[in-house]
Amino acid sequence: MIVAVASGKGGTGKTSLAVNLAISIGNAQLLDCDVEGPNAHLLLSPKVIRQKPVYRFVPSVDEELCDYCGRCAAFCQYNAILVVPGKILIFPELCHGCGGCALVCPRKAISEKKSRIGVVKEGFANDLKIVFGELEVGEPMAVPLIREVKKYLDRNRDVILDAPPGASCPVIETVKGSDFCILVTEPTPFGLHDLRIIVEILEDMDIPHGVVINRVGIGDKREIYEYCEKKNIPVLLEIPYQRRIAELYSRGIPFSLEIPEWAGKFRKLFEDIKGLMGK
Amino acid sequence: MRQITVLSGKGGTGKTTITAAFTVLAKNIVVADCDVDAPNLHMLLHPEILEKKEFRGSRMAAIDETKCIKCGICRERCRFGAITQDFTVDPFSCEGCGVCAIVCPVNAVTLTERISGYVYISRIRYGFMVHALLKPGESNSGKLVTMVRQDARLLAERGGIGLILIDGPPGIGCPAIASVTGVDAGLVVTEPTLSGIHDLERAIQLLRHFNVRPFVCVNMYDINADNTDRILKFCEKNDVEVVGKIPFNPVVTKAMVNGKAVIEYSPDADVAKEIADMWRRLCSELSLEVTC
Repeated sequence: MIVAVASGKGGTGKTSLAVNLAISIGNAQLLDCDVEGPNAHLLLSPKVIRQKPVYRFVPSVDEELCDYCGRCAAFCQYNAILVVPGKILIFPELCHGCGGCALVCPRKAISEKKSRIGVVKEGFANDLKIVFGELEVGEPMAVPLIREVKKYLDRNRDVILDAPPGASCPVIETVKGSDFCILVTEPTPFGLHDLRIIVEILEDMDIPHGVVINRVGIGDKREIYEYCEKKNIPVLLEIPYQRRIAELYSRGIPFSLEIPEWAGKFRKLFEDIKGLMGK
Repeated sequence: MRQITVLSGKGGTGKTTITAAFTVLAKNIVVADCDVDAPNLHMLLHPEILEKKEFRGSRMAAIDETKCIKCGICRERCRFGAITQDFTVDPFSCEGCGVCAIVCPVNAVTLTERISGYVYISRIRYGFMVHALLKPGESNSGKLVTMVRQDARLLAERGGIGLILIDGPPGIGCPAIASVTGVDAGLVVTEPTLSGIHDLERAIQLLRHFNVRPFVCVNMYDINADNTDRILKFCEKNDVEVVGKIPFNPVVTKAMVNGKAVIEYSPDADVAKEIADMWRRLCSELSLEVTC
């Protein structure tokens, strides 16, 4: 089963949940798709066995052949090419790499060159397989790297996907194809506001989902329950706000290793999700 | 005109809490919420919307099934895997590039424009606010950030306001880049956790990459003294000034629940005082007129 962990709002505890769940169920694979700020490996200190640079294609113009007709610039939906008389400028940070400019160029003056966007690392932490991507600083396009991380998906294991915060393309790319999505929220107005946004996406994508409320004790959880009840979304687990849990996280230690009753709670969470999915 | 962006790398470290407090302290300011995927600042500053504008961020392909001969060329050429087995367009994969439309031999594909979000220009008690909402799941958040910042600049120019404060998104990708280019300073709000430190380092690299002067605020510094120490040492070594150390205080959440900036809700709390000190330090570093 493929289970994604998302939240909308950042810092609600996605990574903590994803890591604790993955180690508790055993023999799983964890794909950290938050390539802008990958943190799961900090809690697992995996032994990295392989790493691979990832590239994307950006256009490169042969000015000998280019006659500045401007068709490439007119075609590009992302304004990544600017043509003025006698000059052509490429803005690689705006390019999505669709390859259309090379297709429309009548003089075959455009080719595509590789541009490094980051690296994918694969490793093990005991029986847990972990894959994570690291986006190069200054590189705007996270999606192609997330796509690359997801190519490592191991169908022989249960897979947990740790999503980035937000509610735009990197989140979509991560949760796409998941059997279920766990939404981690916190009982604050910000947590609920952003939960509503991410629920809208999952409804559109037709991905079954449930909620885990983290840091119970801060703010007021009743509004989250009222919202979930109205939307018919199961609340799967509550994690209390405890200084000990926060402190373990700050030191990079998954709290289910130190507070053993939690390993059982995470296993039950996974069983409950399987139950919901009829698996 | 000066511009300051509050960012963090890691989400949930307190960007919006700090931005709202600074807004109250600055008194006459244009504040821009550039976390367009998951905007929260409006919940503390209660903007009164003056103008709402449509954002058309991206297009989407549509295949006319009466014309389609199912040749498969579009599927072969699409780099985003957006053409399904039965020749429909997967809206969650299509990036609106238009390659399918130019390769289709029977002109069965058209690109349709869609409204991907809205930009709001609003009044707040402390000046003006520009904010936006990207429709859930839409792409091109960087472009929307750019639109928000353009409107903020126009407002500041017209209103004779000298400072724009930007609440940035988490991460270091396209919306974060669009939030920091060309600003005078970036305040990275971090927390003393391993993740906070890891993402702080990346956020500082991002600012340096775009020639923006970095400053650091350690939020909830007292939850792990050793890690706070590491952050301070790291900043010293890298010549980055730490302008604030904010203690953990549940009053921050209480203020949020009550829809107020912590400085309004509890002006005498230790956090409020620390944030005010940080604001004074930042203003003096940037030679801004201090309003508090």
